[in-house]
Amino acid sequence: MTKRTGMVEKRGSGYWLTHVGLIIGVLFIFFPIWLAFVASTVTQADIIRPPMPLWPGEHFIKNYSEALVSGINAPVALMLLNSLVMAMGIAIGKIIISLLSAFAIVYFRFPGRQVFFWLIFLTLMLPVEVRIVPTYEVVANFGLLNSYSGLIFPLIASATATFLFRQFFMTVPDELAEAARVDGARPMRFFLDILLPMSRTNIAALFVILFIYGWNQYLWPLLITTDPSMNTIVMGIKQMLPTGDDFANWPVILATSILAMIPPVIIVISMQRLFVRGLVDSEK
Amino acid sequence: MEKRVTFKGIWLPLLLVLPQIVITAVFFFYPAGQAIWQSLFIPDPFGLSMKYVGLGNFEYLLGNSFYRASFVTTAIFSVLVTLVSMGVALYLAVLADRLIKGSGVYRTLLIWPYAVAPAVAGVLWLFMFSTRVGVVTWYLGLLGYDWNHVLNGGEAMALVVLASAWGRISYNFLFFLAALQSIPRSVIEAAAIDGAHFWTRFRTIVFPLLSPTTFFLLVVNIVYAFFETFGVIHTITAGGPQQSTTILVYKVYSDGFVGQDLGSSAAQSVILLLIVGLLTVVQFKFIERRVHY
Repeated sequence: MTKRTGMVEKRGSGYWLTHVGLIIGVLFIFFPIWLAFVASTVTQADIIRPPMPLWPGEHFIKNYSEALVSGINAPVALMLLNSLVMAMGIAIGKIIISLLSAFAIVYFRFPGRQVFFWLIFLTLMLPVEVRIVPTYEVVANFGLLNSYSGLIFPLIASATATFLFRQFFMTVPDELAEAARVDGARPMRFFLDILLPMSRTNIAALFVILFIYGWNQYLWPLLITTDPSMNTIVMGIKQMLPTGDDFANWPVILATSILAMIPPVIIVISMQRLFVRGLVDSEK
Repeated sequence: MEKRVTFKGIWLPLLLVLPQIVITAVFFFYPAGQAIWQSLFIPDPFGLSMKYVGLGNFEYLLGNSFYRASFVTTAIFSVLVTLVSMGVALYLAVLADRLIKGSGVYRTLLIWPYAVAPAVAGVLWLFMFSTRVGVVTWYLGLLGYDWNHVLNGGEAMALVVLASAWGRISYNFLFFLAALQSIPRSVIEAAAIDGAHFWTRFRTIVFPLLSPTTFFLLVVNIVYAFFETFGVIHTITAGGPQQSTTILVYKVYSDGFVGQDLGSSAAQSVILLLIVGLLTVVQFKFIERRVHY
């Protein structure tokens, strides 16, 4: 009798080869992070005499506390706080204004509704990178350089989230609004007591995506935070690299890089299902 | 599509859309309008007045060899980033899909680089390939290869492509894996019973069924390479050496903020705007077509 093998899924040697292939892929993905982690636990002297070690050293606490407390231009703890405020501001701000306006365009007939809807559509296609110079001028004229408002507002000025909530509200059964109206509930009661609780998963999924989007912003903070104490961590790392011929302080810079990726990575892994859902929703 | 049941009132809905209207008007439509307006002018050297030049900025740009070179650079860069990240992602997704158990574990291990900011990815790759301390540089040196992306434009391009594609693999992997897992097993098993081997099945059944996802990812990745890789370029090469990695978005930044050439930078913004518009139209057309699948 011949050996039976799976028709589609692999067993035996093919099975192991599949695992080997995947593990190579995982290692390729991990390698840069591993190196950065190792470099963040050794001394500068270990690094400037290549090749650097490939196994962590004993200076983990020293390097990380140096980064957090004093950093190079500004303490990294402060940059983490700035990033947190910016990412939360973008995620929460955008979700609130989008929920309100999506509720209005789905559940009301008001003059200008169609125009508003088309304006939303237009904003779907223009990333901030394309209009940086004039946006910078607007923010400067308002005196918002080096401020949290300046970091947050230009990045919530698009309607992607409104569009998503609109799509979701359209799927909510009409009977619910009907019942609320018969019971004499005011529109805002309906919104707060029925629509919001129903949107919980969508809100959470969008929050994950928007938080990562806000946390990882680079160009915008680079332009408007000239004061090191307002730097966000992602743009602050580049400021730590020397411009001249000096050796970069790699252990501290890479400790900062690791710190910069921890919050969004934790969010992606711990909320994997919401993250995948948010990603699929926001791209379709 | 319209709701049958609606609430009465005019002021309440207007109040509800007001925050979004104000923020979008001030930080989106006004600046976008300014970009279009400024692209028609050249400021005088003292910045006191603007001279109307019509489409002069555009004519100048299209005749400018640096700008045309930046177009070519962007095209090469985007195509490479898209191919590398989608290729690796598809390969890994096909492998993960072959497993009966455990594909979830690999998914967790492979998706999190999505959360690493492009600028941080740039710093990590810069460190690995640093001309003085980089590990990879050192081992390449042992093999007799002298890596120097600071002087060699081709190597600089390779490095920014790798760093940009690396962070993007997760995203493409997720979409490919989801698409693969939605292909009915019976279709593939039927082909297997007919004696089709893995490669035949992949070429004739799986890959064609993946085409909506592949096409969607192509567009999304090109948009990513155009706009979101600014952080990678800025941290690793700053557009150099000799502009060999100056993609269009980087040039908008360097002409507008470093070179203070506002008219030209605005005109470049408008050109980018047209490109994004075109890509969006392509994407929407495609989504419409997919409805019929």
